[in-house]
Amino acid sequence: MQVIKVENLFKQYQLGQVSTGTISHDLNRWFHKIRGKEDPYEIITGENAREEKGTSNYVWALKDINFDVKQGEVLGIIGRNGAGKSTLLKILSKVTAPTKGTIKIRGRIASLLEVGTGFHPELTGRENIFLNGAILGMSKSEIRSKFDEIVAFSGVEKYIDTPVKRYSSGMYVRLAFAVAAHLEPEILIVDEVLAVGDAEFQKKCLGKMKDVSNQGRTVIFVSHNLVAVKSLCKRGILMERGGITFMGSADETVEHYMKVNAEQLNPSISFESPTDAPGNELIKIKTVSVEPTNPFITDEISIHFSFWNFSNDPSIFLAFDLFDLHEEVVFGSGFKFETGPDNICQGTCVIPADLMNDGVYSIQLYFNSSEMRPLINLSSVISFEIADKERNYAYFGKINGAVRPKLKWIP
Amino acid sequence: MKSSDDSWTEIIKPKRGWLDINIQEIWRYRDLIILFVRRDFVSIYKQTILGPLWLFIQPLFTTFIFYFVFNQIAKISTEGVDPILFYLSGITLWNYFSDCFSKTSNTFVANASIFGKVYFPRLTTPISIVISNLIKLGIQVVLFVIIAFYQVTFNHASININSTILLLPVLILLMAIMGLGMGILFSALTTKYRDLSFLLTFGIQLLMYATPIIYPLSFTTGKLHQLLSYNPITPIIENFRYSFFGIGTFDVGGLIYSTIFSISVLFIGILFFNKVENKFMDTV
Repeated sequence: MQVIKVENLFKQYQLGQVSTGTISHDLNRWFHKIRGKEDPYEIITGENAREEKGTSNYVWALKDINFDVKQGEVLGIIGRNGAGKSTLLKILSKVTAPTKGTIKIRGRIASLLEVGTGFHPELTGRENIFLNGAILGMSKSEIRSKFDEIVAFSGVEKYIDTPVKRYSSGMYVRLAFAVAAHLEPEILIVDEVLAVGDAEFQKKCLGKMKDVSNQGRTVIFVSHNLVAVKSLCKRGILMERGGITFMGSADETVEHYMKVNAEQLNPSISFESPTDAPGNELIKIKTVSVEPTNPFITDEISIHFSFWNFSNDPSIFLAFDLFDLHEEVVFGSGFKFETGPDNICQGTCVIPADLMNDGVYSIQLYFNSSEMRPLINLSSVISFEIADKERNYAYFGKINGAVRPKLKWIP
Repeated sequence: MKSSDDSWTEIIKPKRGWLDINIQEIWRYRDLIILFVRRDFVSIYKQTILGPLWLFIQPLFTTFIFYFVFNQIAKISTEGVDPILFYLSGITLWNYFSDCFSKTSNTFVANASIFGKVYFPRLTTPISIVISNLIKLGIQVVLFVIIAFYQVTFNHASININSTILLLPVLILLMAIMGLGMGILFSALTTKYRDLSFLLTFGIQLLMYATPIIYPLSFTTGKLHQLLSYNPITPIIENFRYSFFGIGTFDVGGLIYSTIFSISVLFIGILFFNKVENKFMDTV
């Protein structure tokens, strides 16, 4: 049985200063309307692409979204930032209205775009449980019947009559989540904001979502966290630039997403002749490539280097720094290359399996003469992503650290 | 349940009709209204030293200021009524209206962070404001009665309570409806045209001087008198003073006018509020 049916859903946003020119736009709209013409600001042009500056002041955050959700299904929605996921959730939660199209819903729907909405710092924990519960759509008697459970779940019994402004941020989040966790809607919509917080909180959060789905209720889960999506969801939807580009099982969707992402990365460069290759009169790059192209953290990763050496020095010292997305160097390494036939030097660096953390990395190259005289530096030569593997424990969040070596644990 | 089209419990559509108002839903959220009232009441005075005493201090201070400025300096008549009681009664009633009006008029802007995260019928917020101000009014009415008792006993002030005092709840209800209606109408308009919120502060102040708060209606003559009687709050204040002090006349026509005005403005307010409710997040 379908519990949600989304049909031809569109959402338009106005860019820039919203209040400027609204009266004139309103008049213009009205003028078009009385002449029976189409709204001049609703003609579909600008894509939801933030990189490109559109000519129109209006963008379509969602374009022609169609999907349905069956009862008891756990649907994951993934996509890059700005793909329209949050807009879709906002419309589903009735926080904002679509520009065109309809959503049909069967059953009570509750959405958690944030925990602790409406918490008032001056009120006590007890008062806030009731207030927050009521905001989320629970009746007073419903909250009262679950009150003890909520308090026990939150673990802040001792401070329940203290104003929440005296709470630590951890206590605050725990109490807020405890209320949310005891909602019993037929359809639950969860945004990835829930995936912030400490590991224990995430564990509770995702564990609770599993419970909810095991009880036959429907869950829509939006996340960047592919591991969580793969582990929790049965079905997946991939959104890009305001539209749905892939629909399938959660595994397939995640795989597709990674493939799309990988295409945007640049895991190898290769040049036939030195004329158009990057470099200078001394050094020209021939190839730099990663193998496998889409590695997992459990894979051994090889980086192949080859370049033309036109300097007088027969041996070249090549070093590289591996940068993560935050532009931090994870490590650097180097090797002395000997020049082969046709002035070509080649070699491979092997990064052992189970060493790297998941993430996107880029490589900066430093070419030096054998006396360590710098010849040329080239930044962001290639970029590639190392993907996380499915885990068999309840924490799906990012594991901290620049590296993630597999270490020996002795019981 | 079959998945036929009529079994959908809810359909989200782009535009709401003007009359698509879900009163039943607001009733379902009545617990939330009560909790909002509680929150407003608890939170306002929690951090102050004098706490709820401010409920008394505010009208008394204003009364004293009015007493010195308008009675002692400007020598505006109060038609023989003890000036302290005259001003206090006006201020107490006026404050209720102006609080309802001004505090509901920024419903959307003030609650944007909550409204942006979770859905509940937005009308619950202004309704709760009107109710929490009603409690405040109740407390201030008690203060007024105490002061009246004191003035009568020790300062030989004269009051003349008659049976029309029974209409006081109606007068208060009319002010509540008017304040709520005008407030939500404004809140709907300010989501798009922010400038209105600046006008509002002046507007309310101006409206107070255009209402017989610091002077009796009989103080005015001619065109001004005519103009003031168009003010829908005038009959409410005047009728209260008639029933408590016995001054002026009981104006049935004016009361009917106020009633029609209040109900109309509430109706228009709800229409606009409802229209804006589901898409204001994009403009706020």
